[in-house]
Amino acid sequence: MEVSTPMPGTVLSIDVSEGQKVKANDEVATIEAMKMEVKIYAPKEGVIKEIKVGAGDNLNVNDVVMNIE
Amino acid sequence: MEEQIAKNLAGMGLFHLTAGNLIMWAVAFVLFYLAIKKQIEPLLLIPIGFGVFIANFPLTGLLGEHGLFEMFYKYGISNELIPPLIFLGLGAMTDFGPVLANPKTFLLGAAAQLGVYGAFFGALLLGFTLPEAGAIGIIGGADGPTSIFLSNALAPHLLGAVAVAAYSYMALVPIIIPPVAKALTTKQERSIVMTQLRMVSKGEKIVFPLLACIIIISLVPKSAPLISMFMLGNLFMECGVVERLTDVSRNALMNIVTILLGLGVGSRMTAATFLRLDTIGVFTIGIVAFIIACAGGVLMAKLMNVFSKQKINPLIGAAGVSAVPMAARVVHMMGAKENPQNYLLMHAMGPNVAGVIGTAVCAGALISALT
Repeated sequence: MEVSTPMPGTVLSIDVSEGQKVKANDEVATIEAMKMEVKIYAPKEGVIKEIKVGAGDNLNVNDVVMNIE
Repeated sequence: MEEQIAKNLAGMGLFHLTAGNLIMWAVAFVLFYLAIKKQIEPLLLIPIGFGVFIANFPLTGLLGEHGLFEMFYKYGISNELIPPLIFLGLGAMTDFGPVLANPKTFLLGAAAQLGVYGAFFGALLLGFTLPEAGAIGIIGGADGPTSIFLSNALAPHLLGAVAVAAYSYMALVPIIIPPVAKALTTKQERSIVMTQLRMVSKGEKIVFPLLACIIIISLVPKSAPLISMFMLGNLFMECGVVERLTDVSRNALMNIVTILLGLGVGSRMTAATFLRLDTIGVFTIGIVAFIIACAGGVLMAKLMNVFSKQKINPLIGAAGVSAVPMAARVVHMMGAKENPQNYLLMHAMGPNVAGVIGTAVCAGALISALT
């Protein structure tokens, strides 16, 4: 399952690593939009599969941040 | 000899300082404290505070006919030059995408202007004159340059109080909005998740400032100074071929005029003009205006939900009070509190920027009605 950004912004940090187990609603990344830090949460329980972006990347709406399986 | 000494002493400001001057220094130090320690609007409060501080030294001549601060005021604010230049910079920073993606949010920005009219009538009840009431009412629009622009046009003697009230309450948006918005909404309403905004094309974004000029300026001609510069700045940014003009509008020019504006506004706040009962009236009505504005936006959103199938989260109505982008951030955080995965920020930017336009239009309407 893909985790995507809800709004345009810059990636501040990726708060998980590949292979890590997460529960639904765990914080997985932080992006900055309009000078505000916005957390991205895991939509469901699973294992972080592939992280597609890194800190400093600019994202548009619906860009995929990572996959969860 | 003794006469000479007496004359020299009399020429020293020290012996002319009044209690009022000292109180105004205290006001200036409060502004410095808020700006430096609390980081509240430092870019404005530092120059304003310093203007207040220096304007309350006796015998400087700074406020005389050719005084330095008087010139900042006369050639920058009194002739209405600087607020539109600030709007140029704001236009070059404002992304109208969220409004264009969901034009209904214009109504929310308009509803928040209820605060302006609420405060206007409140001020009349307190015995202010019509033009004074107009100048005080605009505080409810939560837009600094517009407040300065209008109070200068209608009631220049209230300018200092109106400007400082507007900026202070804008800084208090994170404290004012949540209780009002919360009282008017249910937990269920606050949890409404809104569908993603559609992408807005470049063409739409270029056409928008031109179209907005045609509609707004032909309907409310007196809003032209603010609206035209706002839209010019926006056109600079969106057309993509004048990067240098966009950059200078939102950075260098904006910074320069902010210094002049701050000093000019601050210098209006001398003991004689600021330490009056009127000032208390301005601040009291100002906060009421903010609360009505916030409530107006939220209630409008709830009303729209009655008629519309696609529900909007009524919290975003509260962002109609302008105070860009602080109000939108506050709304986002309130939404996230009910449901962490609800991202209202971009949705709230719609009413937020619409609120700026709404306030400028209101100012234009008040000028033509009251002068």
